Amino acid sequence: MHKIKITLNNEKRLVDIEPHEILLDVLREKLGVKSPKCGCDRGDCGSCSVLLNGKSVRSCLILAVEVDGQEIVTVEGISKDGLSKVQESMIDNNAFQCGFCAPGVIISATELLNNNPHPTREEIKEALSGNLCRCTGYLPILEAVENATKEGNNE
Amino acid sequence: MSDLKFVGKPIVRIDGKEKVSGATHFTDDLEYGSNLLYTALVESTEAHALIKHIDISEAQRFPGVIAVFTGKDFPYKFGLYMKDRYIFAMDRVRFVGEQIAAVVSRDKRIAERAAKLVKVEYEALPALLDQMEALKKDATLIHLDLGDYIHVPWFFPQAKTNIAHWRKTRRGDIKKGFAEADYILEDTYSVPRYSHCPIETHAAVGLCDLSGRLTVWASSQSPHTQRNLFAEALAPLGFTHKDIRVIAPPIGGGFGGKAGVSMEILAAAMATKLRGNPVQVIWSREREFYNTSQRLGVIAKLKIGAKKDGTFTAIDHRLYWDAGASAEYGANVVNAIGLSATGPYRFPIIFIDSVCLYTNLPPCGAYRGFGYSEFMFGLESHIDRIAAYLKLDPVAIRKKNAIKEGDILAYGVPMNPSGLHKAIEAVEKEIEWGKKVKSDDPHKAIGKGFSLIWKAPAMPPNASSAAFVKFSEDGSLNILVSGMDMGQGFLTVMAQIAAEILTVPVSKIRTENPDTDRNPYEWQTVASHVTWSCGNAVKNAAINARDQIFEVIERACVLPKEQLYLEDEKVKCKTKPDFELPLKDFVINGIQAKDGTFRGGPILGKGIFMPEFTSAYSDPETSQGGHPNVHYTVGAAAIILEVDKDTGKMHVKKAVEAIDAGKAINPDLVKGQITGGLLQGLSTVLYEDIRYDDKGKLLNPNFTDYKIPTAKDIPDEIVPIIIEVPQPDGPFGARGVGEHTMIPAAPMIANALQDALEIRVKTMPITQEKVALTYLKNKEK
Repeated sequence: MHKIKITLNNEKRLVDIEPHEILLDVLREKLGVKSPKCGCDRGDCGSCSVLLNGKSVRSCLILAVEVDGQEIVTVEGISKDGLSKVQESMIDNNAFQCGFCAPGVIISATELLNNNPHPTREEIKEALSGNLCRCTGYLPILEAVENATKEGNNE
Repeated sequence: MSDLKFVGKPIVRIDGKEKVSGATHFTDDLEYGSNLLYTALVESTEAHALIKHIDISEAQRFPGVIAVFTGKDFPYKFGLYMKDRYIFAMDRVRFVGEQIAAVVSRDKRIAERAAKLVKVEYEALPALLDQMEALKKDATLIHLDLGDYIHVPWFFPQAKTNIAHWRKTRRGDIKKGFAEADYILEDTYSVPRYSHCPIETHAAVGLCDLSGRLTVWASSQSPHTQRNLFAEALAPLGFTHKDIRVIAPPIGGGFGGKAGVSMEILAAAMATKLRGNPVQVIWSREREFYNTSQRLGVIAKLKIGAKKDGTFTAIDHRLYWDAGASAEYGANVVNAIGLSATGPYRFPIIFIDSVCLYTNLPPCGAYRGFGYSEFMFGLESHIDRIAAYLKLDPVAIRKKNAIKEGDILAYGVPMNPSGLHKAIEAVEKEIEWGKKVKSDDPHKAIGKGFSLIWKAPAMPPNASSAAFVKFSEDGSLNILVSGMDMGQGFLTVMAQIAAEILTVPVSKIRTENPDTDRNPYEWQTVASHVTWSCGNAVKNAAINARDQIFEVIERACVLPKEQLYLEDEKVKCKTKPDFELPLKDFVINGIQAKDGTFRGGPILGKGIFMPEFTSAYSDPETSQGGHPNVHYTVGAAAIILEVDKDTGKMHVKKAVEAIDAGKAINPDLVKGQITGGLLQGLSTVLYEDIRYDDKGKLLNPNFTDYKIPTAKDIPDEIVPIIIEVPQPDGPFGARGVGEHTMIPAAPMIANALQDALEIRVKTMPITQEKVALTYLKNKEK
């Protein structure tokens, strides 16, 4: 057992883990954070995306021991003080259907807009190309991200 | 209809905030407590074999293992339309990946490690990996006791063969039909299997408490059907319907793959033997590919006769379906197409054979489009080829033959009202049909492709829906239904229907996911029928609540109920303009009379809907005499396709799809279905390519090797068009649209390739390399 210390959604957390445990499982099963989803378990679908020190990563490909001392933000963290522009825009643009991929999409879009507040459509496509969505046909998602940038405030 | 306030409006989804904030908890997100048990499956490595011996002793001894189950623990058959499956394989296995045993432990990894210690001894049997092989007279039998299987009365399995069902539809003298033709085109088209790929894999948790109460949480399109099938399969253990409860949390996509019962029965069955412990079964992505239903493959032999002016004289359509190792759901796909393989066209003379064949590949079942995407690939390709031969325009030949209201369908019933011709014209205009588009790049060619759309819900004749609406003290509403919102927006649409009748705004309505104990009956969320069917039930429930409201006002306020109406959450009276009573003042607590007593009480509306005009009984040799389908939804679509002549790479520049929704209860959600369904359809044509080895093992069970599109693979532009020719028995005129949106994708690509490069691809998928090679071969001719 290892004890690791992380900042999860702006809160310090201590957790006991086995060295083989992956971050996704630790977040979901030991830390009660359910927004990162397991859709493929091998980094293909992006549903498990979280922000690690501000960078979008696939939590199914990371060992929990690797994140000791670091900062993780999930969709729960983004939603705590009200929805972000991206989230609001996703609702307004009908940019999810089943919603299973939505947390991963929101993480990727958040990282993009944090670094590039006014991306082109091609840049949005590139940033979201690691998030598989089987329902929407992506167009509404691209529109949602674009519209989120138009109002100027990219939390 | 013009003064509708909520129906027909692009109201945002009522589950939006939950979905984007991470608050939506899917089946695997719920907490089942520290007593949760994990399972690991042992699956067949053989496509077809007798099980000589299963040795579980080593796995049982493995520290931490609680139980190991095999077929002999649950010798019960199940199946929605035909009971041809066991919970675990019994004496034989019929596909690679079939579940043989399960190991249960409190620790996931222990279960997985112990599962590897189960030893299975097989005696190999010849494996049938192709439906045409399975059809041969001397083929090895996959189900020896097919003749004894319990099935619905409209299936015709052929004992001592591999034919699980054979739907024959006949009208007129087929020889005469072809004799009247000036031109006859005969060819074969093939479509392989496909995987649904919902991003959430299948998950189920069963808990049988110490009193014998079985609860199953499942990622499901069919909670009531699952309860029914669990009760039937587990009846030998003493379970009845009242002992079983299915709770369906939100689901992360289904597309038909989570309809009926598949892996969920493992959680239910194992829970009965591990009382007091929730038992979790969750499919990994790999297992999702191996061991859930897939879309049926088909080989379609098609012959159409036409006169010089393009009028169709006859169709002979013989479809041979690969249903895999179990046909319990897939045979109904075959049945549906046997009734509808004319497409949305008038054919005076019809001969259809739709044959469901067992093979030693994974079982197939419902998939968005339910067989229509598959046969329309051939049919719509064929029509373009006939048009080319007769030197007619592909759209003109479609217009000439496209079905109209009152035309007689293949099985002898008149066609419902439809906006098919309006859809054709709308698409023709938007895509600028007839106007050639040329590429500036000499290496690229651009073509246009057209296709029609049609599909009927395939349901038992008594498939029904039920709904309750109940008020809270503040006049807000809860709608209780058992349809599933799998992304299409069902919860929102039901709220809009109730809002329209009761004048309560959608923002004050909550519609929740089903729990079979608390919510009323719904057959299943399949067949693109819930907006229509459950929508009618909700409308009826709201009308019932409204009647109760008027009745109590009549009693308490002495106003004739015929003069009462609802407006802005208030009861008003036509003859007494100053009367106005807000719903919140009485819908729970009643109305106080002068003597201090009360009238009324909580308002609870109930509504049901069953299409009482359908019947599955017809002549098995001709399919004439019954009324199997409730109605067809139709439409048209077209694309502009750019092809790189050197590499075969294709890019959709523009796609237009018009669907006759009858009435779009929520136009934004209908448009969302068009965009999403069209891309899912294009994905099956351009990207998804399922591969098996020569021993029946799936070679690409993951998203690295089985490609589905990303945000970079979408058309430049998608134009959704809504046509509204009301369905007479639909809620506000609505029909379903969800599945239809996929149907035109394959033939549009094939037809656009003909236009761009003068090549004809007759086998799906239409991959880049296939296009490049076909083009090269064509050039060399």
